Amino acid sequence: MNILKLSAAALVASVAFAGAAAARDQVQVAGSSTVLPYAKIVAEAFGEAFPKFKTPIVESGGTGAGLKEFCKGVGEATIDIANASRAINKSEAEACKAAGVTDVQEIRIGYDGIVFATASSNGEMKLEPKDIYKALAAQVVVDGKLVANPYKNWSEINPTLPKGPIAAYIPGEKHGTREVFELNVLAAGCKDAGATDVIAKEIADKAAQGKACVAVRKDGVAVDIDGDYTETLARIAANKTGVGVFGLAFYENNADKLKVATMRGIKPSAATIADGTYPVSRPLFFYVKKAHLGVVPGLKEYVEFFLSDDMIGPDSPLVEYGLVAAPDAQREQARKDFTAGKTM
Amino acid sequence: MTDVVSPAAGIPRAKSVRRDIGIKRRYAAERRFRAYGIAALSFGIIFLMLLLWSVVSKGYTAFQQTMITMPVEFSQQIIDPQNERATNPQKLMTANYPVVARNALAKLLNVSVDDRVASRAIGQMLSDGVRVQLRDLVVANPAIIGTTQTVRLLASGDIDSAYKGQIDLDVGQENRKINDQQLGWMKQLSDSGALAKHFNSGIFVNGASSRPEAAGVGVALIGSFYMMLIVLVLSLPIGVAASIYLEEFAPKNKFTDLIEVNINNLAAVPSIVYGLLGLAVFVNFMGLPRSASFVGGLVLTLMTLPTIIIATRAALKAVPPSIRAAALGLGASKMQTIFHHVLPLAMPGILTGTIIGLAHALGETAPLLLIGMVAFVANYPTTPLDPSTALPVQIYMWANEAERAFVERTSGAIIILLLFLILMNVGAILLRRRFERRW
Repeated sequence: MNILKLSAAALVASVAFAGAAAARDQVQVAGSSTVLPYAKIVAEAFGEAFPKFKTPIVESGGTGAGLKEFCKGVGEATIDIANASRAINKSEAEACKAAGVTDVQEIRIGYDGIVFATASSNGEMKLEPKDIYKALAAQVVVDGKLVANPYKNWSEINPTLPKGPIAAYIPGEKHGTREVFELNVLAAGCKDAGATDVIAKEIADKAAQGKACVAVRKDGVAVDIDGDYTETLARIAANKTGVGVFGLAFYENNADKLKVATMRGIKPSAATIADGTYPVSRPLFFYVKKAHLGVVPGLKEYVEFFLSDDMIGPDSPLVEYGLVAAPDAQREQARKDFTAGKTM
Repeated sequence: MTDVVSPAAGIPRAKSVRRDIGIKRRYAAERRFRAYGIAALSFGIIFLMLLLWSVVSKGYTAFQQTMITMPVEFSQQIIDPQNERATNPQKLMTANYPVVARNALAKLLNVSVDDRVASRAIGQMLSDGVRVQLRDLVVANPAIIGTTQTVRLLASGDIDSAYKGQIDLDVGQENRKINDQQLGWMKQLSDSGALAKHFNSGIFVNGASSRPEAAGVGVALIGSFYMMLIVLVLSLPIGVAASIYLEEFAPKNKFTDLIEVNINNLAAVPSIVYGLLGLAVFVNFMGLPRSASFVGGLVLTLMTLPTIIIATRAALKAVPPSIRAAALGLGASKMQTIFHHVLPLAMPGILTGTIIGLAHALGETAPLLLIGMVAFVANYPTTPLDPSTALPVQIYMWANEAERAFVERTSGAIIILLLFLILMNVGAILLRRRFERRW
């Protein structure tokens, strides 16, 4: 009898709980795992600096998943901010509009470099985008013809590279980093290697031409990493000759285990990324729902706090962690745009 | 005695007449089978030992934390230069406490506070968490402003890793987060006894933090506790009631067969599917808050129910029919038979099944990912409706961190989770012992 009574009580309690879903009193953020460490630092500092607000909740899960959650609609059950390691794309923006999320503010927080690194036991590696393209593309140009990628060793591509077999651990397709990798490395390398002309000759369709440049070989030489950089690091620890793609911040935290490769002769660092000489970098963003400003307590303050020079300026905790600060004028503009309520 | 003549005397006993019944072969087969069993067992034990060794050897250091004990001067000059704390209590909240700590450490190391570069390097040796640590001290007792107190402050995560030997110090200083000057200071402090490892209570009570030295599983423990409570309160009564009905009252027909098949199938459904269901039903349709342990508990209840139902039905079936027959024979109603005789006897089995289901639910991350519980949560949840994380989620999140100091914490959190599982299993054994009845 007791059990029956208990179960009835539990059901009643659960219904009562459900009815009492209280108003949300803290900011909810989701999205890119690249932005996550930065957002965590800001959230923690925000909770300490503003004791009257609760520390924001920051979920991980990737840029795409975060924006999908963000574009579900407006209201308490939806998130306030989506972190993104790339700009929102057209179909996502349309999904947002369709769900009633019309006024979205785009905020650029700084830059992140994408670095190529091997295990620290290896020699120096000097990479060019065209080397990476030749090593990883599904089809490359040999004797003026597009053929399936025949290269097995780095030294076949460029005699200055090590003799070992090609193995690369690149971000999987759900990561925002992949898009930057495709655009700044593969597409650029495709052009440098002179493959664009051959592709234009062999493939008539314009869209397919662009895709052919960034298609990655599927014979196990290039491995998509769908997890985080820790997984890439573990892969490189297991395969010493492999090359991994990391964010600058992650590399800097593990520089004793990794040897970074130069790209176009430039060594990645906060300075070379900020002045634009290192070729593979990308801006980091977050998106805010304007409709939630002033409704969710602390949201406006959180965004303002994030944009302050104490957080993203030179010499700030985020820069210490590995973010590359945007130029002064750009940061000032971002603050002005947010205050003015500029939407996309 | 030897005189006794056997009836077979006289007939020469041939050694080979004994019929070959394959006894040797059968014994050999048995020995082989035993050897296989022992091999399988040792294989399992070796892997278990390897797993435990890798977790414990990496994780035991997480329970000690490098701290710096030093006299700190709570200088009025830095904390409250205009002496306005009486009129503006906000002043004490926002004062520049990191500088207070930095100056104290500089003094201990005989470094001038005017040397900006050195001061900065000294500041990096202390955790950013000192701001809150010192602020709490001052806010609790403003009278300490102007005095010098001996305080134990957290060293930064990089110092902690270096002190524990987890950073390769042989590589050039440009390749590590801590430079040679800081290493020299660290050695100086450790020789003088100011810098030492102490028991790390923070890993049990602190919430999530971006600073490894201040991160803990406090929020995750509470979240997991709430979820286990909700799973227990919902799934035990529902599961037991469902199995009693199915086992004792329901007619045996096609429909109940179908239900039985479905329950067995549900027990094998991947847990992420329950997460999707939870997102669609509890969060999107019912409008329950994201990241709340209440929703997590509901999702895990759905996941645990089939396990409990199957275990309970097996326990009910195992009660000898003679008990039922005797109770009915003495005039008990069916309801009385079940609740007074069958259920108490089935209780050990039911409890074991429930605790195994709970332990399974305690270790689950996948369904929590979709309802937003894989998140950075720093505040303690006061009710199950507040955002929180869970123990396995905290392990997963720490495993993805870039800082070296999170590696030991990941294993440390695994140790904590394992201890909880062991506790639950011990609980199951004790309960079974208490209720077990033999016949």
